[in-house]
Amino acid sequence: MSDQKKSPLNVTRRTALKTLAAGAGGVAAAGLLPGLGGYSQLHSAEPIKIGFQVHRTGIGAAYGRWYDRTTQACVEKINAAGGINGRMIEIVAEDDGTDPKRGAEVVEKFASQHNCDVSFGTLFSHVVYGSAPRAGELKMPYFVVSEGHHVASGALNRYTLQPGITDVKSQVEAMAPFIAENLGKKVTMIFPDFAFGHDHRDYFSAAFEAKGGTILEKIAIPPTETSFTKYFPKIPRDTEVIYHVMVGPAVLTFVKEMGEFFGPSKPEIFGFIDSLEAVDIASPGLEFLEGTYFWEGNPRYVQEEQSEFDKAYREAVGVDENGASVSDAKDVSTYAHMFGCWETLHIIKRGMEAADYKGPDDRTKLIEAVEAMSDMPHSMEHPQGAKRFNGKTHQTFGHQYISKVTDGKLVLAHTTSIEDTLYEDEVDYTQQSF
Amino acid sequence: MEFGPHFFLASLEGAVNAAVLALMAVGLSIVFGIMRVVNVAHGEFFMLGAVIAWWISTLAGGHPAVGFLFALIAAPLIVGAIAAAADHFVLRRINYDPERTIVATIGLLYVLQQTTLMTFGPEARPVEAPFNKRLALPWFEKTADGFSMYWPWGLSTTSYKLAVIAAAVIILIGLWLFMTRSRIGLIMRATQLDREMALAHGIPVDKVYALVFGLGAGIAALAAVLIVPIQQAHYLMGHDPLLLSFIVVIIGGLGSIPGTIVAAIFIGMSDGIISVFFSPTVAKIIATLLVAFVLIFRPQGLFGKRSA
Amino acid sequence: MKDQLLTGVFHLLIIALMAGLYFILPEYHSGVLARVMVLAVYAMGYNILFGYTGLLSLGHALFFATGMYGLGLAMQHLDVTPSIGILCGLGAAVVVSAVIGFLALRTTGVAFMIVTLMFAQAGYLIILWLGEYTRGDEGFVIQQSQRVLNGVDLSQPDNRYFAALILFAISLLLIGWVVRSGFGKTLVAIRENEERARMLGYNVHRHKWLAVIISGVLAGAAGAAYALLFGYVGATFATVQYSIFPLLYVLLGGAGTTIGPLIGTVFMYYLIDLSSQITSAYLLIAGVALILLTLFAPQGLAGELRKRVFRWLP
Repeated sequence: MSDQKKSPLNVTRRTALKTLAAGAGGVAAAGLLPGLGGYSQLHSAEPIKIGFQVHRTGIGAAYGRWYDRTTQACVEKINAAGGINGRMIEIVAEDDGTDPKRGAEVVEKFASQHNCDVSFGTLFSHVVYGSAPRAGELKMPYFVVSEGHHVASGALNRYTLQPGITDVKSQVEAMAPFIAENLGKKVTMIFPDFAFGHDHRDYFSAAFEAKGGTILEKIAIPPTETSFTKYFPKIPRDTEVIYHVMVGPAVLTFVKEMGEFFGPSKPEIFGFIDSLEAVDIASPGLEFLEGTYFWEGNPRYVQEEQSEFDKAYREAVGVDENGASVSDAKDVSTYAHMFGCWETLHIIKRGMEAADYKGPDDRTKLIEAVEAMSDMPHSMEHPQGAKRFNGKTHQTFGHQYISKVTDGKLVLAHTTSIEDTLYEDEVDYTQQSF
Repeated sequence: MEFGPHFFLASLEGAVNAAVLALMAVGLSIVFGIMRVVNVAHGEFFMLGAVIAWWISTLAGGHPAVGFLFALIAAPLIVGAIAAAADHFVLRRINYDPERTIVATIGLLYVLQQTTLMTFGPEARPVEAPFNKRLALPWFEKTADGFSMYWPWGLSTTSYKLAVIAAAVIILIGLWLFMTRSRIGLIMRATQLDREMALAHGIPVDKVYALVFGLGAGIAALAAVLIVPIQQAHYLMGHDPLLLSFIVVIIGGLGSIPGTIVAAIFIGMSDGIISVFFSPTVAKIIATLLVAFVLIFRPQGLFGKRSA
Repeated sequence: MKDQLLTGVFHLLIIALMAGLYFILPEYHSGVLARVMVLAVYAMGYNILFGYTGLLSLGHALFFATGMYGLGLAMQHLDVTPSIGILCGLGAAVVVSAVIGFLALRTTGVAFMIVTLMFAQAGYLIILWLGEYTRGDEGFVIQQSQRVLNGVDLSQPDNRYFAALILFAISLLLIGWVVRSGFGKTLVAIRENEERARMLGYNVHRHKWLAVIISGVLAGAAGAAYALLFGYVGATFATVQYSIFPLLYVLLGGAGTTIGPLIGTVFMYYLIDLSSQITSAYLLIAGVALILLTLFAPQGLAGELRKRVFRWLP
């Protein structure tokens, strides 16, 4: 397998050792590459090492795969344009197994073994909770792409930031006016019975009741569940709108069984795309979704008024007009979330440039530089749309998209303003010492 | 939904669960009963069955029934062969020592899971059912002039779910005939009763074990092919069915196939029915504790004989 | 008596070795060892029940989580100091293991496995159900400023390492003493032949019950320490996976040996850590390694050492 690397004329001892090492890795050779991908020997300066905590295994693996692809594409783009302060980015990827314990260990590894400059990545919020304390203790900036409300709630620390993706509280609250005005006033919520679902339950019901709506029933599904029909009879008959959000491998079963339950007489349905992230809308059994609405972090299908930024971003990551991989139409992306990796990496870049980042001693300067950021225009750095970063709460805010399933595709129906998504600060991290 | 239709719907769902669980657990029970080992990788054989079904159905094209029928035959055979190979190369060599078998099958679990992740990927992938018609179901209510029939909102099932129940019943009957009437079945049971005696009578116990291990895995794969049009193929899907079928085997009483089936119905149905009365997570907690207390008060299982 | 002495000296040497390693190893690896020692205490607790008494539990994550949440919830919601938190964690572990032990010991063998598994599963679901206090699967962070035990900041690497070492040392010496005592020998007698132990007049049920409690409290101590040293409390620690880990550690290291749990934990930790560095398919490597170990080191690493080289190994 290492044949192509051998050039018999000038096998130095060093390359021979390298080849041996690659051979010893056996099947592992492919796994070695992501770590070395961005590094080019043309640049004499030391690379900037970014520890990438990625869900390669465990229930987050479908997300992790696309987070990885987006990250690689973004690093390639930044490096091709000269890197950060003239230094190339090197991604050091480690699997966190979608597990909080392993997540914390991986952060330690980035800090004290790989000597990374910063760490970033991860979606599932329990991994963020598990890892953030260690990042804080090791004084390692930790940029998360998780959409949890953990950062803005004040539960974490000054070293943890979420500048590249909006949080669940702002997403959910921004949906309430649209649902109340367009779909109905009586809502039944179905959500997973863990913290992410509880955030939906609490923030949505408060915002929706403020708009004069009522929540008829809140159905919390145990997270290990694989069959759902038995819970649907708890939906009250006079429900006007179903609000659903589900995560994990069983999402498709959930949505399909919901369709089978309602049959021809379904209420209005509003879902978070998390219920169908990485799943083809054209899957058998999902026909009933026609005419229903979804929150999307970023529209999966190419819209009529596609921005040039989305076009270039899509091309760079390798996503086709239906939101699937260009090489495999069945490999549907996690389009509503993965842009966060792209935007976060650009913010790290901008922060490092503003702080004139030289090495780990400048980490606090980097955090202060990011904290000083506020409005970010819709651009190649922010292909999902404009953002407004709140340096005090370490959380970014942005537009939310609502799409309607039309002819089996998600078509943008409404875009919220950034103002719709704002809420009062719950913490001021800038008051904490480093 | 009113109580009556709700209860009926939950029972129907419970029955589908129970049917698949019964198959899966009988597979484990045969292995447990005859070889006296805990196969922790049993759930992964189930998962492999579903993944192979997806693979075949995408290759086959045409009407979904074509690929499905093909998968129904091929998946159990492929998975059974993999299991028999695992028996031959690993379990046989550690003499079916109970503790070492646990570690070895945990190792096997990792290997199968990771290989699937690397080839099949992390997504949940659907397999289209050969037929899947939504059937609205009627209910009766008492009105001033006696009982009248009506069609409650949401009370329905699908033709495929009913077919799964029927298929499971047929397969279980077939299996029972195989174990009690066929020569191979007889040999298996002889080996279960007394391994030394079987050896003395010239029964190739090694081959019987490989066959049993393969058979158990094949049945799990068959259960997976049946369920995969309802619940998609995913590389982590083996986890819960493993735990559930393990529980079923113990509750049923070790090595007792009728006990296993009764326990599968008990566990599958109770999960659905308890959900009618409590909020979902509380229902799960109660169902879990129920299993614990059944065993505390009847440690030998429902159909097991009390040892010594 | 000579046995006791030899065992004690051996264990003190191990403890001295672990203390010395802190000064030799680079930062990353001493950080890993701090973690490993806490997990090894969990495995040592498991070993009392499985290795010495012969009871295979699949629900030890419940005891680990009880210690973890006992400490975590008290510190989070009642604002107690870490020392009171530790007492809460240990107290909760005593109560939970006593009750579960009492109920589960009506069964043996596979039924015992299932009953413990079911109680642990119910415990996990209860943590989710009480999401208002536990924050469910997400769990919660114990802030750095709260993790100061009698003036010692446990988030500092050196303090953390020696706190973990103290816990480890106490557990190891305790276990060394227990297994060489009459009580420990009775446990082994029960493992080897329960009927005979009963005929000899031992109160088998009471011995087993005490073994469950010791085992559960050690697991709980590890859970509480984990929360305190690493600052996070979460429901994943109560999942089945975390019940299987100590079983693996013990089987790999050598069931029924006092240092087996430590060896197994170190081995498993580095197996995953090193292989995940070279490949994302590290579980494949871990799987193959487990299979090879069962083929070639059936007694576990320390067990093989005892069988082949050091027959005196406790």
